[in-house]
Amino acid sequence: MFSIGPYTFHSRLFLGTGKFSDFDTQKEAVAVSETEVLTFAVRRMNIFEPTQPNFLEKIDVANYTLLPNTAGAKTAEEAVRIARLAKASGLCDMIKVEIIGCDKTLLPDPVETLRATEMLLEEGFIVLPYTSDDVLLAKRLQDLGCHAIMPGASPIGSGLGIINPVNLRFIIEQATVPVIVDAGIGSAMDAAQAMELGADAVLLNTAVALANQPVKMASAMKHAIIAGRESFEAGRIPKKHYATASSPLEGLSK
Amino acid sequence: MQLTVNGHTVDVPIHVTTIGLLLDHLQLNKELAIVELNRVILQKDERDEATIQPDDYIEIVQFVGGG
Repeated sequence: MFSIGPYTFHSRLFLGTGKFSDFDTQKEAVAVSETEVLTFAVRRMNIFEPTQPNFLEKIDVANYTLLPNTAGAKTAEEAVRIARLAKASGLCDMIKVEIIGCDKTLLPDPVETLRATEMLLEEGFIVLPYTSDDVLLAKRLQDLGCHAIMPGASPIGSGLGIINPVNLRFIIEQATVPVIVDAGIGSAMDAAQAMELGADAVLLNTAVALANQPVKMASAMKHAIIAGRESFEAGRIPKKHYATASSPLEGLSK
Repeated sequence: MQLTVNGHTVDVPIHVTTIGLLLDHLQLNKELAIVELNRVILQKDERDEATIQPDDYIEIVQFVGGG
């Protein structure tokens, strides 16, 4: 169990809701993953299409904590507006600050992210900034009072996994708030690695949504995150340069 | 009455005088709709009663799939 602000979670897997091929698959993947937190984006309704389906209608919203993001924002002010819109839904008061500074890499703008985090904390939001794996930036966000830090493993949707485990470990070791590794996770191995580094949770979307079998990958991610966490808690053996026998060297029958 | 809704110029009948009636007129899901009227975000308990006037600038958004 771990807590973010007033919320306590059993599952350490946060799941995004984009890019799934159909709602039935998505619903099953969400159920199998046993996630308790679902992320969403905020976008205009199509006012000319009354019957547009929405995934929120397919699930029992009361069973989940919703984590809307500010994706689409390029400035702190735009992010704050999206966060206020999300809160006006009456469904949640958590917000994932996501301010993209570069359309090609989709990497977050550190200055705007820092500004938006400060503004949203002042307004009483539970603030989870998506950030790069910069150690000092994570510390600055933490010093502002954010409720969790969400460093990216690698660029959004890339599936490259954790490209800087050293930085991630530094962020985790100095953190006094939960660290949720967000973005770039490609497979169960990556999720397990994040947890073995000591992350409190993992947020992923594309790795499940675009897997050949999303439901099976949702299950794989669930198990990888549990395994990675248990491995972290159990404490891994030190790495050595030479072999050490597991079987006794004495008593060999000749 | 002419309004700007989500960037589109929309003509609505004269009886559509509140946001609640506008959502009904457009047949949009009231559970999901989040509304901003002339750049002021409406909280859910006050949303449907908010009155609209010609040339109002209205944004109607919702949660959609995202990561």
